[in-house]
Amino acid sequence: MSTDRSDRGALARRNRRVVTGVFVGVAAMVGLAYASVPLYDLFCRVTGFAGTTQVATAAPDRVLDRTITVRFDASRDGNLPWKFEPLQREVKVRLGEEALVFYRATNLSKRPIVGTATYNVTPDLAGPWFNKIQCFCFTEQLLKPGESVEMPVTFFVDPDMAKDHKYDKVTTITLSYTFFEARTDRAKELLEQARMPSGDGPGDKRKGG
Amino acid sequence: MAYGTHAAHGAHEHQDHVPGFFVRWFLSTNHKDIGTLYMVLAATAGIIGGAISIYMRLELMNPGVQLMNWHENPGHHWNAMVTAHGLIMVFFVVMPALIGGFGNWIVPIMIGAPDMAFPRMNNISFWLTAAGFCSLVMSIFIGGGAGTGWTIYVPLSASGHPGPSMDFAIFALHLAGAGSILGAANFITTIFNMRTPGMTLHRMPLMAWAILVTAFLLLLALPVLAGAITMLLTDRNFGTSFFDPAGGGDPLLFLHLFWFFGHPEVYIMILPAFGIVSHIVSTFSRKPIFGYLGMAYAMVAIGVVGFVVWAHHMYTVGMDVDTRAYFMAATMVIAVPTGVKIFSWIATMWGGSLRFPTPMLWALGLIFLFTIGGVTGVVLANAGVDIALHNTYYVVAHFHYVLSLGAVFGIFAGFYYWIGKMSGRQYNELFGQIHFWTTFIGVNLTFFPMHFSGLAGMPRHYIDYPDAFQFWNQMSSTGALITFASTLWWVFVVFHTLLAGRRVGANYWGEGATTLEWTVSSPPPFHTYEELPKVTAAAHH
Repeated sequence: MSTDRSDRGALARRNRRVVTGVFVGVAAMVGLAYASVPLYDLFCRVTGFAGTTQVATAAPDRVLDRTITVRFDASRDGNLPWKFEPLQREVKVRLGEEALVFYRATNLSKRPIVGTATYNVTPDLAGPWFNKIQCFCFTEQLLKPGESVEMPVTFFVDPDMAKDHKYDKVTTITLSYTFFEARTDRAKELLEQARMPSGDGPGDKRKGG
Repeated sequence: MAYGTHAAHGAHEHQDHVPGFFVRWFLSTNHKDIGTLYMVLAATAGIIGGAISIYMRLELMNPGVQLMNWHENPGHHWNAMVTAHGLIMVFFVVMPALIGGFGNWIVPIMIGAPDMAFPRMNNISFWLTAAGFCSLVMSIFIGGGAGTGWTIYVPLSASGHPGPSMDFAIFALHLAGAGSILGAANFITTIFNMRTPGMTLHRMPLMAWAILVTAFLLLLALPVLAGAITMLLTDRNFGTSFFDPAGGGDPLLFLHLFWFFGHPEVYIMILPAFGIVSHIVSTFSRKPIFGYLGMAYAMVAIGVVGFVVWAHHMYTVGMDVDTRAYFMAATMVIAVPTGVKIFSWIATMWGGSLRFPTPMLWALGLIFLFTIGGVTGVVLANAGVDIALHNTYYVVAHFHYVLSLGAVFGIFAGFYYWIGKMSGRQYNELFGQIHFWTTFIGVNLTFFPMHFSGLAGMPRHYIDYPDAFQFWNQMSSTGALITFASTLWWVFVVFHTLLAGRRVGANYWGEGATTLEWTVSSPPPFHTYEELPKVTAAAHH
């Protein structure tokens, strides 16, 4: 009887040990699900996965003869009352050559709106080689009612792309942006600043941030 | 609680002290009773989910919108019905029946354990699942239903579904997920710690192996779903933007998280059925299963590889060709361990002394039809082909062949195999065979034509279709009606068995049925194994 009881005690302890391990596993997987948010972002940035472009501080000092056609695409979320277009359809650049292009955005509504743009390039495999030095997509953009701005993008295509024959077929790269209405903290700040001096009155139907 | 510790009280106590009705069924801590509760839940949900599919098939019987016209927004109503059907069948029919039902009932007896490791946790698992089912049913009626499909893709499930329906559906998944995780923890602990002396892992019956692998899949996959739908919930209600590009989120992330859960989920639904089929094929061939270790580790391999193939559900989202090539190759690799299982079942039957009672018919039906679904799965694994077939009825045909004709056949096989054991009364053989053959004809008539309408380009998730697809759709709808009639016949068979079935002894299948559940009476005593059975190398699986 007493050995029976001590057996049961030992079994209960072993059961608790296994189930603790199991629940640690569950917690780890929930953690992994949340960790995948920054990890997924980091992974795309580092590898240029799915046409994610790179950020550079300066253009490289060597320029190759091989030219690439870079085309420009602009779209916007259906809920964003902006007009958004590239000022040039395409440019030809040599590998390593720095180029400056412009997009134009116009706020067609009667309220100040902060927009933010997502971006990528196609073909996807050009992502790691497409470098932006300056871009309106790095931060949120504030447009007052009716305001129109021309926004610059400075970029180059990495000359190292020529080292790998895998990329020989890449002769055209399309750079694409999609504007959304931003709802980040920074967007709220920008809207506050925009409202302060002029004190938009009754025309502004938007509540809160 | 009192009857969980009975062994310590000694022999003077009643061997079968059964508590009163309320305590027995509402506060149950007995693995057999909880298994029964799960089966009742699964059967109830199955009838509801099946009725919804009949509602949809009647609507699709002819082009145009007829049946759902009463609704102010028939297209959305259609999608809500698709979603309800999918979620009910996945979370509240197949999983409760196979894991909660047969797993709870049979696995502890098979491994010689007196009960599950945590009987009270077992109880809360069941009631969480039942509460989840209530929440899902409420989502159908409150606010017009969630019309997102069972995959609840953003942005449709986020900004596209204001109102409480979607939140209720998410809550249902949370509850069912929590119940399943607790159940999985219980199974893992039970199988690791409570096997009877001599029952090593490599002597353990294949059903126990199947449940063990399934439990690990649940454990690793469900928390990811829980995380993803929690993010979705906060995106919807609390202003976060995990999946909203306007706040720096990415809708594609949801697809990745969902399918990281969703692909293992399809193995969660089929592996226990594989376990059941292994026992049935062995019993009715009067032979031990061919390649026991290969069968066990094939399930482990399916489970492991199942975690690294998820993006084959997402070929059309714009992944680059290298990524698609990887997911394509990895997906096709799964055909190898699955093939091992199919061939081992055939090899078990080879040269066996075969009998074909109802459970064997269902098991053979599963092997045959699951293989058809597996073949179309290999077709769909090809990224190039899938671009054309994505979201067509070909895909609908594929996953109904592996689930509706795979997992559900497994459920019915297990039902006919063990109902005598569980109730003490045997089903009527003629009635069982009528059920099998009408269902077999009905489901094939329903789903086989979907291959053709899908190849012809008919898309999923639409209430209507061009006249050109009418022929195959009418055939599918006719098949669905036959299947539903057959399912109602099964309800009759259940009551006939329980009320008027022939009483049976411990091992009513005779030679061939060698696992431990055939050594206890039918039905087993309320508390099995006062004396733990001993297992030797000669007499296992």
